[in-house]
Amino acid sequence: MNPIAIILLFPLLGFILNGVFGHKLPKLVSSSLGALMILLSFVTAISQWSQIAFDINGSISWEAYTFFNLDGLLFRASFALDRLSIWMTLIITGIGTLIHLYSMSYMDHDKNPAKFFSYLNFFVFNMLLLVLGSNFLMMFFGWEGVGLCSYLLIGFWYQNASFGAAARKAFVMNRIGDLGLLLGMFLIVKNFGSLEYNEVLPAIAEGSTSNVVITSIAILLFIGAMGKSAQIPLFTWLPDAMAGPTPVSALIHAATMVTAGIYLVVRCQAMYSLAPMAQELILWVGLATALLGALIGLRQNDIKKVLAYSTVSQLGFMFVALGVGAYTTALFHVTTHAFFKALLFLGAGSVIHGVQDRQDIATMGGLKKMMPITYITFLVGTLAISGFPLLSGFFSKDEILANVFHHNIIAYVVLVFAALLTATYMFRLLFLTFHGEFRGTDYKLSDVHESNWKMTLPLIILAILSVLGGALNLPHYLMHQEGFLASWLKPTFLIFEHAEHSDLATEIGLISVAVFVFLFGWFYSRNKYISKSESPESGSEGIAKVLANKFYIDEIYNKLIVRPIEFFGDVLFALFDTLLLYGITFSINPILRFTGRLNRKIQNGNIEYYLIYMVGAIALLLGLNLFFA
Amino acid sequence: MLSIFHSLEISHYIYLSTVLFSIGLFGVLFRRNAIILLMCIELMLNAVNLLLAAFTEYMGDMQANGQMFVFFIMVVAAAEAAVGLAIIVMVYRNTRKTDVSFLDQLKD
Repeated sequence: MNPIAIILLFPLLGFILNGVFGHKLPKLVSSSLGALMILLSFVTAISQWSQIAFDINGSISWEAYTFFNLDGLLFRASFALDRLSIWMTLIITGIGTLIHLYSMSYMDHDKNPAKFFSYLNFFVFNMLLLVLGSNFLMMFFGWEGVGLCSYLLIGFWYQNASFGAAARKAFVMNRIGDLGLLLGMFLIVKNFGSLEYNEVLPAIAEGSTSNVVITSIAILLFIGAMGKSAQIPLFTWLPDAMAGPTPVSALIHAATMVTAGIYLVVRCQAMYSLAPMAQELILWVGLATALLGALIGLRQNDIKKVLAYSTVSQLGFMFVALGVGAYTTALFHVTTHAFFKALLFLGAGSVIHGVQDRQDIATMGGLKKMMPITYITFLVGTLAISGFPLLSGFFSKDEILANVFHHNIIAYVVLVFAALLTATYMFRLLFLTFHGEFRGTDYKLSDVHESNWKMTLPLIILAILSVLGGALNLPHYLMHQEGFLASWLKPTFLIFEHAEHSDLATEIGLISVAVFVFLFGWFYSRNKYISKSESPESGSEGIAKVLANKFYIDEIYNKLIVRPIEFFGDVLFALFDTLLLYGITFSINPILRFTGRLNRKIQNGNIEYYLIYMVGAIALLLGLNLFFA
Repeated sequence: MLSIFHSLEISHYIYLSTVLFSIGLFGVLFRRNAIILLMCIELMLNAVNLLLAAFTEYMGDMQANGQMFVFFIMVVAAAEAAVGLAIIVMVYRNTRKTDVSFLDQLKD
């Protein structure tokens, strides 16, 4: 059996087993089953590593099925495990396994963990479909499946109406992006007559296609990526998506689903490298998102909301890297971000669990004594995301900054500012949650408890990965050769990726800026929330209020888009439903009643009358026949 | 043998069977006794049988396909009569009547 099939099969099996029989199984069995399936998938993926590593062009492909053949245009379920997709597969299944393990404990109190695990497995299956598919069609299948699963998981506690609304919001926002992706695919079919990566991308790399076509395809695909990877203007679903159980936030909204957009752009590297206009667009959209997310993150008091906006901001960083053509760097940041953001989300989940389902950091504080493991791992995550030297986030973020520095100095300054804000809001979150005085009013500090091993073990593993993750792609100035990830990915890029290597002086300068940014964020938050022990005011005036209210973007969308659409719907309702449809049906109604009343007399149940009708009808037909023949 | 049949015009057979069929039809339509109804149906069927037999002769069909149909119709008619009589017996046991106008339950 093809290894790709095995990798895909396990999560699907888990989904089916838990979905069909889960409610009959004991909680422990169904949740272990869910976790085991992802683990097996992970192990299978690892076992294929060497296969791909030894051969520079090595990849495993699998032609599973041909859906249909449209005059030579094949719609196939074909898969490929190449260097890029195995990298993503390992992130998805590896972190997925940890999150499943964590969920076993986190969802223990839930009524229906089997349903949760079946959705979670199905989510992983779709994500794998997305990265393993070797054509745009399979990617689109996974893309949609991931959207569906995120809808199901965000709305997992659907009894709460606002959670259901958040789920719908995520779905609709994603659909808007999907339309762009779909249109891009149509253009690809129209211009290249194929959807297979290994036919379309080399054709583009040849360089004979017109620039307009490539740019429009690139921009349309990027619109799809905007939806999935939460970029301006389609980012508002991601913070709301925190309505789902915390492991879902960790899995979907930090480690895997939102990286789909990055994956798409990295996969289509050849296309984007030849579309400088699209790249420029990606750069500025990513930059704006990075800044906006970081600014809003400064003034949020919900522990998960802060992390959510941080994700939005970090995704902006990744798109900035894509915008300047640093594809490896973007994927490197995807990887390190997957480590530390999953860690932070799971840590937040552990805190939420510890303080009995509270999420407002205004009522926390001083938790570090009661939750030492969670505290230390959360600290590691914070250091990593803020860019503490030699941790994973430091290397990946520094690489992005260095690339942007060589590309566009204004973008560099803005991005440094966003990085500075990142350090600030992350330390604010850390200090308010774990340091200082305990501020809880309706519960006692002694009630707070550390989570059990199923939750802390993933935290510890992720913390170790967050520390060491930088080793995956050490910078040029340390090694005097390209990093591991850069050389690993090189064969998958059809167009040579131009890597900037600055001289030592510039590099030292850039690093000093990065370290300064980290120190400033740490010092500012420490000064504000520990030395002066300010309470996390929700922001009552001026700019703070604007930030706390997320720039009123939801309100603006409501006014500008939702309301007009609703108004349009009302108009249509009044015109078509009320006037036309109701008018027609209600005027037909009396006619039908009248004829019905007439016909009822005929059907009196007496067989003699029936016979007469029958004979009469036959006579009539025969007579007509005679008359017209 | 053939000449006996051919001594009459085909039209005579048609007239006869039309008369028989009409008698049966009117009987079915306007009589109420279920047994008479069955008899009238039989009459109609036999009118058709007569016509089939006559046409077969006059068409000179040596395989006598039409006359074969007559036998089929007879068998079906016998079966139908058996079922019909059984129903009438059951109805009679329940209602002490064989009057079809009494049976107006079909509208339900």
